[in-house]
Amino acid sequence: MYAFTYHGAETLEQAQELLASGDDPKILAGGHTLLPTMKQRLANPSDLIDIAGINALSGITLTGAALSIGAMETHAQVADSPVAQRAIPGLAALAGQIGDPHVRNRGTIGGSLANNDPAADYPAACLALGALIHTTQRQIKAQDFFTDLFETSLEEHEIITRIEFPTPEISAYAKSPNPASRYALVGVYVARTQNGVQVAVTGAGPVVFLATGFSQALERSFSRGALNGVTVSPEGLNADLHASAAYRAHLIGIMARQAVTTALSQKQGAPS
Amino acid sequence: MPSQNMAINGKAVHFDGDDRTLLVDFLRDALELTGTHVGCDTSQCGACVVLMDGVAVKSCTILARQAEGREITTIEGLSGKELHPLQAAFQQCHALQCGFCTPGMILAAHDMIRRGAARDEAQIRHELEGNLCRCTGYQNIVKAIKAAAINQTE
Ligand SMILES: Cc1cc2nc3c(=O)[nH]c(=O)nc-3n(C[C@H](O)[C@H](O)[C@H](O)COP(=O)(O)OP(=O)(O)OC[C@H]3O[C@@H](n4cnc5c(N)ncnc54)[C@H](O)[C@@H]3O)c2cc1C
Ligand code: FES
Ligand code: FES
Repeated sequence: MYAFTYHGAETLEQAQELLASGDDPKILAGGHTLLPTMKQRLANPSDLIDIAGINALSGITLTGAALSIGAMETHAQVADSPVAQRAIPGLAALAGQIGDPHVRNRGTIGGSLANNDPAADYPAACLALGALIHTTQRQIKAQDFFTDLFETSLEEHEIITRIEFPTPEISAYAKSPNPASRYALVGVYVARTQNGVQVAVTGAGPVVFLATGFSQALERSFSRGALNGVTVSPEGLNADLHASAAYRAHLIGIMARQAVTTALSQKQGAPS
Repeated sequence: MPSQNMAINGKAVHFDGDDRTLLVDFLRDALELTGTHVGCDTSQCGACVVLMDGVAVKSCTILARQAEGREITTIEGLSGKELHPLQAAFQQCHALQCGFCTPGMILAAHDMIRRGAARDEAQIRHELEGNLCRCTGYQNIVKAIKAAAINQTE
């Protein structure tokens, strides 16, 4: 690692001041993406602003028809939260599938969204559920947030404070993990709300995307069978040593069907 | 550089090293607690797992500064006069060969049992996803964790 100066921020205001005064400062959340990157000398921030001590960034609450999750909530906290499990069981189950137990104990939802790894799990849930990403400056709709490979619409020094998920009727995530890294080779989140069905795909392309053909078919009939004959074109999908684009395209169909089955096993508003 | 406090195996400790010091390096190099191992340094193998406020974390992916105000337990701090029940179970079940992965395995198992997540073999195997062993084939590790979990709930 290159040298840097560490700062522990206790309030959002303090974090913002530190971000504004540093040379090339970076926010440190769980550190489970940033520190490995710095160890490989792929990042060289002048200052790390640790936001773990900021109380305003924690908490999981259900207000009206939306589940609100603080940016510093770890994957383990979301997975184990009775509030999250009741409100959006598919989302809690997704959090429980990220990495391994020790990664889940440190990695945070805010860090995962800000990083926007093309194989990360949370982006699929955000897009399918129509999440609203609250920051120190504004609210960003998920559809406007994930812009490209490791790119988001966050401005420099903008801090994600919490993520608001409208509660769906039913929803579920299915993921085919890369057996070594546990990241998604393909992950599909299916959500049925009062306004229709959304199907979001991660791992398969350079950035999370909506599979509109699948959504339309599922709107006609929310069943596995509705997806028969519906496919996603492999064009533009990722191809690497783990899987070809055609294989990924095929996996999207398989994962979508699995997610539909899991979603149907949930009783509306209560985990099965 | 400001110094800071944390408790390691029940003892108050001051860290005032370079900000980029990883918790694992502080434990091993400064405190000579070499039971915590570094197997990969890329956050994958779990040989460096310690407990931070009772929760299993990879100490190669945490800065010493991030441990401020926290209680850290390493393998050295687990046993009293006698072996910890998990250590005894690992010994009885022959759950180690070279022993390199063992401290991380035992602390991961400690967290697993605390959360009630060592109910059966399938769950234990799933929960061990963050801990790699290159010798045993996991069979006896799973057996040992199961035995320790049953002992603790009885
Ligand atoms: C072995 C391993 C396996 C993993 N497997 C998976 C997996 O299967 N699926 C998956 O999705 N992820 C996986 N991850 C990634 C893990 O979930 C990360 O923890 C997560 O992506 C980043 O969260 P963090 O809190 O660690 O962020 P950090 O590493 O602290 O930060 C990441 C980036 O986000 C910025 N940032 C952090 N918080 C905020 C905020 N509130 N506002 C603005 N910017 C912010 C930081 O400046 C940094 O650029 C894995 C990681 C490891 C090490
Ligand atoms: S040394 Fe920390 S995970 Fe391998
Ligand atoms: S006993 Fe040798 S690595 Fe596990």
